[in-house]
Amino acid sequence: MTTSAVPIRERENYLNKEYGIKSWLLTTDHKRIALLYLMSITFFFFIGGFFALLIRLELLTPAGDLVQADTYNKLFTMHGQVMVFFFLIPAVPAVLGNFLIPIMIGAKDLAFPRINLLSWYIFILGSALMLYTILTGGVDTGWTFYTPLSTEFLTTKVVAAAMAIFIVGFSSILTGLNFIVTIHRMRAPGLTWSRLPLFVWANYATSIIFVLGTPVLAISLALVGLERVFHLGIFNPKLGGDPLLFQHLFWFYSHPAVYVMILPGMGVVSEIVACFSRKRLFGYKFMALAVIAIAVLGFLVWAHHMFVAGISLYAALVFSLFSYMVAVPSAIKVFNWTATLYKGSISYTTPMLYAFGFIGLFTMGGMTGLFVAALGIDVHVTDTYFIIAHFHYIMVGGMVMAYLGGMHFWWPKISGRMYPEGWGKLAALIIFIGFNLTFFPQFILGYMGMPRRYWQYSPEFQVLNVLSTAGASILAVGYLLPMLYFLWSMRYGKLADDNPWGAAGLEWMTSSPPTTSNFDEIPTVTWEAYNYDQLKEVPVERQ
Amino acid sequence: MSDSSPALATHNRDLQHHFTTMEQQKDASVMGMWVFLVTEIMFFGGMFAGYMIYRYQYYDAWVEGSQHMDFWWGTINTAVLLCSSLTMALGVRASQLGRRRLTAMFLLITILFGLGFLGIKGIEYHGHWVDQQFPGTNFHFLGPNPRQVELFFSFYWAMTGFHALHVLIGICLVAYIAYHSWRGAYGPDYHNPVENVGLYWHFVDIVWIYLYPLLYLISHKHVSG
Repeated sequence: MTTSAVPIRERENYLNKEYGIKSWLLTTDHKRIALLYLMSITFFFFIGGFFALLIRLELLTPAGDLVQADTYNKLFTMHGQVMVFFFLIPAVPAVLGNFLIPIMIGAKDLAFPRINLLSWYIFILGSALMLYTILTGGVDTGWTFYTPLSTEFLTTKVVAAAMAIFIVGFSSILTGLNFIVTIHRMRAPGLTWSRLPLFVWANYATSIIFVLGTPVLAISLALVGLERVFHLGIFNPKLGGDPLLFQHLFWFYSHPAVYVMILPGMGVVSEIVACFSRKRLFGYKFMALAVIAIAVLGFLVWAHHMFVAGISLYAALVFSLFSYMVAVPSAIKVFNWTATLYKGSISYTTPMLYAFGFIGLFTMGGMTGLFVAALGIDVHVTDTYFIIAHFHYIMVGGMVMAYLGGMHFWWPKISGRMYPEGWGKLAALIIFIGFNLTFFPQFILGYMGMPRRYWQYSPEFQVLNVLSTAGASILAVGYLLPMLYFLWSMRYGKLADDNPWGAAGLEWMTSSPPTTSNFDEIPTVTWEAYNYDQLKEVPVERQ
Repeated sequence: MSDSSPALATHNRDLQHHFTTMEQQKDASVMGMWVFLVTEIMFFGGMFAGYMIYRYQYYDAWVEGSQHMDFWWGTINTAVLLCSSLTMALGVRASQLGRRRLTAMFLLITILFGLGFLGIKGIEYHGHWVDQQFPGTNFHFLGPNPRQVELFFSFYWAMTGFHALHVLIGICLVAYIAYHSWRGAYGPDYHNPVENVGLYWHFVDIVWIYLYPLLYLISHKHVSG
């Protein structure tokens, strides 16, 4: 491709339009807010990762030697809370979704730019409270805040942690609200629902969960707070209440939240797979309906977290059945990605490697999900490392892979620079190997009966634990690499073309990086999504 | 804004740069408020669900607890809140017609009703505290099923407490738009904030319409005092 007459660096874009800290902290530009979120969640990713590393170091030996039980309880609690609420949930929606949704639908911004900025400030407020919790002694409830442990017996900073997560919840709610209204009301002329990219569909489904689920988490945590501060008794058996009610309310949000931690990833992977197979995504309509189906079914399965908590057998059977039903739309997605690859012109770029990783690891996580949806097996593996391995395959193997894949795929658009492809592939490979080495042994450990949440274990489990810890250190290297070369590429990377991948989608029809108003002229859409058969251009950016 | 959109018929000063037409802006704003109200329904929904389960399980205790509600204050408060919704609706209408002083006046009356509601709620709360009906810290109940009655009061305080918080937030919002209405910020073309605050106020009213019978009217055999 020839370079355009005007050097790209001098074209006005959203990054160089204004400088100075104020132009960032008071911005209402969705792209800049996305970058604010990017910095915040990266910070929390490394805090959560630090806790994970300490956990794995402690589990290197069977004896409890590095930390004692109380500290260990705090470590896994804060690892979970930080990673779930401060990294995974906002990861794709608040960063990539924020950046891309308005551009993908041909709008100049989200419907409510100031509410978008407000959501980031709410996030920062919650973050500050979480950091306060961490720095002043931490919290050891487990990320689930189960009562009566959290309300009656602990003396740690439970209220502060609950408040932090309560507050951060409102930033999700506002993001979801903004996405829903934007997707309904701001689409460019001609961009019908059936022409929307699947990334938009996936974030729409995610927003439904944000809007319907998060308030229920908010009220459950608020009631926990009221029990601790004013000693109300809604979850307290001594005052006539019932701890099971808390579990019901908590999982009513937190199970759908698990799908918040996968649906946007599915959206990312759909974009990447279509682009690097040079094909229209197989079964577009089914793919779109499948994400909505997962979001809806996600609200009907929460009690499968409570099979051993004493719910009635009939309830358990129904919830088990619904949990199986989630496998149907999930399988539709996996089969359709695979069918898209079939006879496609596949290029093995870094984003595509992450997408492959996602499909494989998500399949593993999903299949083991079927194991634990079965009542009998669930009783056997409840609270063992099998569960840990299962949800890490979805949340880390699935979502973090997709997030990194998306960051690489859209990095040229976000920064205007190319990342180093060779390093990118290397990091993707390291992450894949490190991830499997960390978490596959945990399936075996769990099946052999090693319980979760203990700081010491029987000596016969040591070999597999050493493997897992070794894997975690490889994984850590894999996660550091992209951060380093992304930072490097912002200054030294090759300048990116507007459409370096030859991809379809409105975001590739504007400049890299885009101007503040995204488009000089609002486009009129007359084509279907993923019209790769009509795009003549073939990607040339292969190294 | 380097926006060179093809000759907009009317260029309104209230049209934000990222919308194409005033109509689109209004649709988006009203839809945003409705979606927000959905989240509010889910927020209260958690407590309503818990209430229903325990009312089913401990019906006798719920009747017993309901006997200790102040029927008349509750009823008067319901009337107060209904009146406030009427003045709110009148305020929104006046704003649509572009009568800014009238709007501000109706909104001011709405605020007074809201404060009245909170005052009466405060009288009730005080009574419950004096009668040792605050679960956990200050609770004393002679009679059958004391634990379950205490649970009823847990729900009473949590549900009405969160509702009162919403009324308080509503009063602040109404005050904000009343001030801007007086200053002439809204007119027939642009009054989305007034309508949205109106929606919020009606929602808070509706929550009370459910809370009132659920808490005060479980059994009609009310003993006064």
